[in-house]
Amino acid sequence: MSAAVTAREAGFVACTRCTRVWPMGTERCGRCGKPLVSRDTHSLSRVWAWWVAGLMCYFPANLYPMLRTQVLFTVSEDTIVGGAIELALHGAPFVALIILVASVAIPIGKFAAIAWLAISVRRGSVATPHARHRLYEIVEYIGRWSMIDVFVVAILTALVQLNLAASIKPGPAALAFALSVIFTMLSAQSFDPRLIWDRADDDNDSGDRA
Amino acid sequence: MPRIDIARADLAELIACPQCDALYRAKMPAHGERAVCARCHTVLIAPRKRAGMIIIALSGASLVLVLGAVWFPFLKISRQGFVNEATLLDAALSFTGGPLLVLSLAVTALIVLVPLARAILTIYVLGPLVFDRPAPPGALRLFALAEALRPWSMAEIFALGCAVALVKVADLANLSFGPAFWMFAALVFLTVIHDRWMCRWSVWEALEHGYTARQRKVPA
Repeated sequence: MSAAVTAREAGFVACTRCTRVWPMGTERCGRCGKPLVSRDTHSLSRVWAWWVAGLMCYFPANLYPMLRTQVLFTVSEDTIVGGAIELALHGAPFVALIILVASVAIPIGKFAAIAWLAISVRRGSVATPHARHRLYEIVEYIGRWSMIDVFVVAILTALVQLNLAASIKPGPAALAFALSVIFTMLSAQSFDPRLIWDRADDDNDSGDRA
Repeated sequence: MPRIDIARADLAELIACPQCDALYRAKMPAHGERAVCARCHTVLIAPRKRAGMIIIALSGASLVLVLGAVWFPFLKISRQGFVNEATLLDAALSFTGGPLLVLSLAVTALIVLVPLARAILTIYVLGPLVFDRPAPPGALRLFALAEALRPWSMAEIFALGCAVALVKVADLANLSFGPAFWMFAALVFLTVIHDRWMCRWSVWEALEHGYTARQRKVPA
């Protein structure tokens, strides 16, 4: 495999789904049917649109209660962070850590990472394209795991229905959180990673290549 | 490799990295080896011996496990004489009433419908290829759909969610795992192995040219 000439430099447009190459200007991939664009110029607008939607859902997801637990006659409501703190105090710090990482650290890290990637594509960055591409892969891989908290709520709601003894109901935050995860996944999927590498080429080209 | 060489090549012989757009002349590596993008290190081609058959077997197993997991309880709870068992359908449909119903549908889709659909689509698309039959009608579109569904198949996340739920209510009541939990745990492994064996480029090539045609191209 030789040094990189991009499909665009060679006058082709590549399908990002099945990797088939077509002459520039072809509208749809003749193999898998995906619409072809050499560089998705609307990519960043879609990234930001989903990003904002995700962030807007993330606030209510943290402010409203996720779970409504009723034990005998006392009812308690837990937000995500509140529930994790309670777990840590009840002697399950490891599980509390999983929840905090999956529901707080990962989503916030994702918002920051996607925003930084999108900005760096426009403005350039000191980080190497390798580092940024790696970050993009991590964001794409890890995003789905935030769904775990929604599943835990679903499981507990189905399971803990013991009449007066104990029962658990979902709070409004569950829906907001699920939407937030889905929107950020869509935001990451909208990003065209080829933009990272184009920009890197432009930076190098300015000096040595005509 | 000089540029002109690539520009004159037959388009069907070229492969472009989906992540960074680097262009290469596709060359089937030996079984068990991988062709990796020199620029961004994305795996481009990774053929393995009898991969088709193994992937179909894995998909069949996943299908059985998901269906089984729907009917058997995955967690059992008891407290002060009250006992309750939850199946997957109970969990998926637990958000009843009002806007939370949407969530119920979403959860059902993510943990049951999408994994099921992926298994069925994979068997439908790859089955005839493995047995040297022509690709079934709509195979290209359906394989594209199976690929699009990949990030939305969340059975393995649900399995970890079960474990977290177990600890979360440990002081509230006695909990124990049911058969469906172990099915989901097995499903996690199947999914990982499935992704290891799947070489997407080989499947696209096979769908376009037929399985045997691709086999003949191997020593290129």
